[in-house]
Amino acid sequence: MQKQYPYEGWRGFEGGTWVREINIRSFIRHNYTPYDGDEAFLEGPTQDTLDLWAQVMDLTRQEREAGGVLDMDTKIISTITSHGPGYLNKDKEKIVGFQTDKPFKRAMMPYGGIRMAEKACADNGYTIDPQVKEFFTVHRKTHNAGVFDAYTPEMRACRSSHIITGLPDAYGRGRIIGDYRRVALYGVDRLIEDKQEQKIRTRSAMYSDVIRDREELSEQIRALEDLKKMAASYGYDISKPATNTKEAIQWLYFGYLAAVKEQNGAAMSLGRTSTFLDIYAERDLKEGTFTERELQELVDHFIMKLRLIKFARTPEYNALFSGDPQWVTESIGGVGICGRHFVTKMSYRYLHTLHNLGPAPEPNLTVLWSVNLPENFKRFCAKTSIETSSVQYENDDLMRFTHGDDYAIACCVSSMRIGKEMQFFGARANLAKCLLYAINGGVDEISGKQVGPQYRPITSEYLDYDEVMARYDDMMRWLAGVYVNTLNIIHYMHDKYCYEKIQMALHDKKVTRWFATGIAGLSVVADSLSAIKYAKVKVIRDEKGLAVDYEVEGDFPKYGNDDDRVDDIAYDIVHRFMEHVRKNHTYRDSIPTTSILTITSNVVYGKNTGSTPDGRKRGEAFAPGANPMHRRDTHGAVASMASVAKLPFIDAQDGISNTFSIIPGALGKDTQVFVGDIDVDIDCGMGACNAPTLFEGLDDDDE
Amino acid sequence: MNAYIHSTESFGAVDGPGVRFVIFFQGCPMRCQYCHNPDTWNMQGGDVRDAASLIEEYEHNRPFYKNGGITVTGGEPLLQIDFLLELFRLAKEKDIHTCIDTSGVTYHPGDSAYNRKLDELMTMTDLVMLDIKHMDPAAHKKLTGHDNEGILAFARYLDEKQIPIWIRHVVVPGVTDDEDALFRLGWFIGGLSHVKALDVLPYHVMGVAKYKELGIPYPLDGVKPATKEQAAHAKQIILNAYRQARQEQK
Repeated sequence: MQKQYPYEGWRGFEGGTWVREINIRSFIRHNYTPYDGDEAFLEGPTQDTLDLWAQVMDLTRQEREAGGVLDMDTKIISTITSHGPGYLNKDKEKIVGFQTDKPFKRAMMPYGGIRMAEKACADNGYTIDPQVKEFFTVHRKTHNAGVFDAYTPEMRACRSSHIITGLPDAYGRGRIIGDYRRVALYGVDRLIEDKQEQKIRTRSAMYSDVIRDREELSEQIRALEDLKKMAASYGYDISKPATNTKEAIQWLYFGYLAAVKEQNGAAMSLGRTSTFLDIYAERDLKEGTFTERELQELVDHFIMKLRLIKFARTPEYNALFSGDPQWVTESIGGVGICGRHFVTKMSYRYLHTLHNLGPAPEPNLTVLWSVNLPENFKRFCAKTSIETSSVQYENDDLMRFTHGDDYAIACCVSSMRIGKEMQFFGARANLAKCLLYAINGGVDEISGKQVGPQYRPITSEYLDYDEVMARYDDMMRWLAGVYVNTLNIIHYMHDKYCYEKIQMALHDKKVTRWFATGIAGLSVVADSLSAIKYAKVKVIRDEKGLAVDYEVEGDFPKYGNDDDRVDDIAYDIVHRFMEHVRKNHTYRDSIPTTSILTITSNVVYGKNTGSTPDGRKRGEAFAPGANPMHRRDTHGAVASMASVAKLPFIDAQDGISNTFSIIPGALGKDTQVFVGDIDVDIDCGMGACNAPTLFEGLDDDDE
Repeated sequence: MNAYIHSTESFGAVDGPGVRFVIFFQGCPMRCQYCHNPDTWNMQGGDVRDAASLIEEYEHNRPFYKNGGITVTGGEPLLQIDFLLELFRLAKEKDIHTCIDTSGVTYHPGDSAYNRKLDELMTMTDLVMLDIKHMDPAAHKKLTGHDNEGILAFARYLDEKQIPIWIRHVVVPGVTDDEDALFRLGWFIGGLSHVKALDVLPYHVMGVAKYKELGIPYPLDGVKPATKEQAAHAKQIILNAYRQARQEQK
């Protein structure tokens, strides 16, 4: 029996909890159609798509020739409604919307810090309007100014010596994913009603947390009103639910666009939208509203827009992140709690944009990998990876256990339930430097300054494992304390001066907050401690007695070879550090966690760290994330990954990354991904080999 | 029992079906001009390992090898056949898929003592990847230092034992891409009933650095790597002959 709904946009949908409350997961589970088939249904790009992309490529060339930035705001402060509509070619674009009034023009977002905004202009050859500068220096405080008002001298010292580094104290913290799907399914009016109701229901005794809640809810409601206005400037009324795929994509994208108009965050991820949108696509195919070719065009144009998200940034920022990343991460696939996979035709369409538009790092298309994904999809992913090198993989079987089945990845590995969890991004503590502080009694090995507490330094010629470990543990406890408290200040001020209004408007009222810390230099520490334990490490001291270099005598087990002797050390370090982190108060009842995920900043961290007892020389790069040190893993990828897999996910729930490159030829023959497929020619009597899938072997069970 | 093992590779994706644990054996009687592992020639090099420790290394990461198994290669693994018997026995106790990557050079139809062991080994072998380097006896001798008579006999022996075979052939321009020999190769494998796949590999020069390191003159100095097209062309010739042979036998 066909249900009667108050909205045209909901026609034909199966009901559920989602009708009564804002609940996207319920909507998806009741309405999506899993797809087990192959990629044969996919369509190539339309002429409009090709024309638009050619235009984008031309603008990209112009931007490169202009030195990296084509145009920039110096006067208009970016808000959801600060700019009029912008287009590439209005007649050809099926999905519309830019951050400013034209493509490739970068917006000015000074709420994180006026100096950063000013420098981003200056470094790119632009001058910020003096009135704007005055306003944000004298009249309106920024996040950055707030943080520095509260920092202690110790925090500043840790910051300048780079033992804590990459802190989001002068730029937007990012890492928050609004549930942009809500805009499409419910329309903005329903979301405003919901927020108004939340505001009515706050407690009446005005403790500071209640006051903050009420103020934030008001901000959120205003942001939602602005979202409607912004959409209206493009000619769309998004107060009511979307009625077809085109509208659903457009509504959803407006939600995301509002976020990137408002925040220049370190990672502005999209969420998990493909299977949600597939429900609309399936209905449209059934009703004859769109053909497959038209649906692919909509997706191509949507992805094209996501590729054109740009921020004004400084060269230092780009050096830290090795480029100018936006981390528009979109999570695809995965499996439900009940065991049904979430692969739909839309999952294929998203990945297919890498063919239709060509490979690109953004949006960061991330497959939530599970042993239970359908075989055809696994093959398609593998094929797309080989052809485009543009797909990221994450272990769904591991994350589903803690985050349920409607989570998404922010940035590269941080998982969170969409609209229900957010995180306070906390950069990283340099554990390799911390080890050197333990040896040198808190004196920085590069500057010679007393940065850490003045504990007794180690004075022996050769390092003793037990002595080093005891000192290291003390130093980690100290570091965890300064680090967590530094982050407490940062997130307090970010909430106060640079609040993510629209993103938080697309969350539930009760939000679980993750307090994300991070570790850099894990493999350096593990190998250093292994060298101290299993080989002999002689300390080289300078004339002041400061340990500045080390000589390793003999061989030692190295992390990355599936050797428990050293892998256990790595495990132990992560666990100990996390235990120290947990002992501290964390802002806003957030739950502490950590990540081991430097993907690019490992180079900068290494540059600022002296020689280490594993034989690594001063300034040499760390390995990225939880990777073994370069060329020290000698037993192949499985052994290397097995070492990484031993790290305790429960202590590092914010993610563990392992950057793995391999020449395609080592994975299979040409485009034939699967070795068993080698020239199977049934006609001439060569029986089909049992064609095994390559990637199934990577489905390591949770140990 | 111990063996001389050059090294192990935990992620082998092109040495048999699935992701495989690959064991490189030390020692090889052949001196193929294009050999890219000259560091495995010496019988006594490498590490001394026992079979149980290798199986243990495999078992440690068993989930990665769900559709794979163990591949023994080298060097020439069949030189250490007593060790292989023990290794494969342990592997079969754990239900591990076993594959031998061999040149077949150790096989001599008259060597009954060795062949009894081989018979036993074949009861525990799931796949053999046999590298047929040249069909022309003289050219084979020149290329490898050995006759190919025993090698071809080995292929027929495997077929009799109903062991699935993957045939490998390396295309070296001007050395192993003679069209007549390629046709004869196809014709020959068309006469076998258990060939499951044909893998024609273009010759590459990645081994050259190892020769320099070992101070051995590189025999194919100046020979260019084969292109993908050359490999594809060679494969086509082999396949055509294979099909003809199959047709005639119908």
